[in-house]
Amino acid sequence: MTTLDPQSHTETVRRTSAAGPGRSPALEFASAWDYAPAPESVKVEIAKVYGHFINGAFTQPDGGPARTMATINPATEAELAQFARGDAADVDAAVKAAREAQPKWAALPAKERGKYLFRIARRMQERARELAVLETMDNGKPIKESRDVDIPLAAAHFFYHAGWADKLQYAFAGRTPEPVGVCGQIIPWNFPLLMAAWKLAPALACGNTCVLKPAETTPLTALRLAEICAEVGLPEGVVNIVTGDGEAGEALVKHPGIDKIAFTGSTEVGKRIARATAGTGKKLTLELGGKSPNIIFEDASLDQAIEGVVAGIYFNQGHVCCAGSRLLVQESIADEVTKRLTHRLQTLRVGDPLDKNTDVGAINSRPQLDTINNYLGRAREEGLQCHSPSTSALPKNGYWCKPCFFTGVQQSHTLSREEVFGPVLAVQTFRTPEEAISRANNSPYGLAAGVWTDKGSKIFEVAGQLKAGIVWLNTYNRFDPASPFGGYKESGFGREGGMQGLRGYVRLDGGAK
Amino acid sequence: MNDRLPILKTYKLAIGGAFPRTESGRSIAIKNPAGEVIAHTCHASRKDLRNAVEAALTVQPKWAGASAYLRGQILYRMAEMVEGKRTELAEAISATGATTTEDARTEVDRCTDRLACFAGWTDKYPQVLGCHNPVTGPYYNFSVPEATGIVGVLAPDSPSLLGLISLIAPVLCSGNAVVVLASETNPIPACVLAEALATSDLPGGVFNLLTGQRDELVEHFASHREINGLSAAGVSQAHRATLEAGAAENLKRVRVLVEPDFTDDSGFESPWSIEPFVETKTIWHPSGA
Repeated sequence: MTTLDPQSHTETVRRTSAAGPGRSPALEFASAWDYAPAPESVKVEIAKVYGHFINGAFTQPDGGPARTMATINPATEAELAQFARGDAADVDAAVKAAREAQPKWAALPAKERGKYLFRIARRMQERARELAVLETMDNGKPIKESRDVDIPLAAAHFFYHAGWADKLQYAFAGRTPEPVGVCGQIIPWNFPLLMAAWKLAPALACGNTCVLKPAETTPLTALRLAEICAEVGLPEGVVNIVTGDGEAGEALVKHPGIDKIAFTGSTEVGKRIARATAGTGKKLTLELGGKSPNIIFEDASLDQAIEGVVAGIYFNQGHVCCAGSRLLVQESIADEVTKRLTHRLQTLRVGDPLDKNTDVGAINSRPQLDTINNYLGRAREEGLQCHSPSTSALPKNGYWCKPCFFTGVQQSHTLSREEVFGPVLAVQTFRTPEEAISRANNSPYGLAAGVWTDKGSKIFEVAGQLKAGIVWLNTYNRFDPASPFGGYKESGFGREGGMQGLRGYVRLDGGAK
Repeated sequence: MNDRLPILKTYKLAIGGAFPRTESGRSIAIKNPAGEVIAHTCHASRKDLRNAVEAALTVQPKWAGASAYLRGQILYRMAEMVEGKRTELAEAISATGATTTEDARTEVDRCTDRLACFAGWTDKYPQVLGCHNPVTGPYYNFSVPEATGIVGVLAPDSPSLLGLISLIAPVLCSGNAVVVLASETNPIPACVLAEALATSDLPGGVFNLLTGQRDELVEHFASHREINGLSAAGVSQAHRATLEAGAAENLKRVRVLVEPDFTDDSGFESPWSIEPFVETKTIWHPSGA
């Protein structure tokens, strides 16, 4: 029995899929359509081994397996390159370079500072395809996402902040903003280049200098960005990049020459950083985890809502801190939503990230795949039913997880409380708007939320009640350099992007430092 | 010769609109410069702090949900009540000898004016701190500041009243509820203030006052999981470290002022003293017909 809108895309597909007669014809996409491969043709040069970028030049990694580590392509498990494993001495050299560069950088006429950022933005646009392919190889995300989202947004971020450099006094009414100094910035592996842009662009615009540590599984595009910095003539020491693992990150957090730490990553590590910087006078901004609710009311446009749910949780394999990982569905439409989700997931193509048709790419690393599988196992142990209707055949090598969702989830289930950071959706139901709001807010996190209804007054009432830094109404996972991003509660503090994002990179005179 | 025996008052805590004694049954003697006991205050415990937070939690959403105009009128009413207790407050400030009576009067006047200033900010700071964001694509996008929630306030020893008012006014203005630890050396002005505020239309539980010892209570302010923010001035470096380390447990927003000059109006009456305890919420909606 189908209640699908006869005009909808899924219904059309059903009719052409040669399903037999019957009350509940099965949708069979795998045999209906066969996709020819559409591989990305641009080839990218990757060096055998990369050093740090300190004081305007790449260091020579001093050999020895202890001082380098490998980054692999998670879709093939093939090694892409070796890169330097930073330690306290490397961090110290980078901080020294940044310290020395900072007063000169801050003293540059603001317009000139801005022009360097404009140059970086332009070069990123010009090298966009190369960066996209490299990002996809290092991270595992689909090329259509790195090409259409990550790289254009990263360039736009530099362009947006370039314009702020000479306008800061207008952003802080009645105040004279001063740079914080040297910023230590630690970024995750889910949007490697975009996160580098989110961190560097506002810091540089405000007259700070930076030591950036990319994630250990995805250092390559940040190192390309270092090349671009050198290429556009950015003064030495303004941007320094130290690669490595937690050792380098810890050295950066503890370095006395750092004035501010900006961290994006897990809430657990964020809290450790907050403890480590307590009483040191270092400024801190944290963009941490989430378990963001996506609420569908019965009066929502369901076609759009389903697309929004899919974009909310399966975008970037669910490796998104603001992923809509808790779906709250009004009880009256729960069955319909489950059915439509099942249909939609069948059409998601999982596989080669470099294929332009791929919707869901590779999980970024073996440890992350283990984490996800752990959560899947626990969900089943707790009695939850898994729906994993994707029909894609998975490649033999690489790390893969088919997009899936669990129904019947209650607040007590692990899946409704803990961040999975994978393509795993927990579906819960509710009856009244009040119940939806209270369930949505029942979390230590408060990063993002989604609301789907065509009723205007209701959508604004619910948006006002949600404790979340970003609220997407009748949409999900939209990003823009002009739009502040960041969370409430244990999702961290401070904003990135927009006018509010500048606040973490300036000191204000008067009572408010 | 006046040989009348004065009635020594014991000032109580202010929790949830009531004035209870500390559950711990402890009190502290407050003395004048001559060493004579002039009053007693409660020596609040961790349990008192938890009761205060509970009271704040029940009323904070309502306070944040009140219209900006109403919050503004209530802050103005607070200024009126402080003005009405001008003499009593000035005497309380100078009672321990920290200031002259004349300076104390100036301090009270500045407190009153500061409250009036923030009465005027309630319906304006969202226009200064929030904005419409010109995003690419068919979306309507705007950012609004919202109250952080429950804010723990550690007032400096001195200026005992102006320090406290300067910390709470911007925090209350945006819809937060506060749990305050008063000046340790002279908590009497804070207690008199609590009595004034009881008749100011400020809903009970939005302003809660504890008196006691920082050494004992700082770690509990820092680690309480229902407190969302901490605003402190005049605390030691060790207390600052304790506050910031404890705050990491639930990622409280922390603002510690070092050697602040509370007489600096431009520093303490700007929207940048409101900004540390608001959260920016950014809302997207597609546009299209």
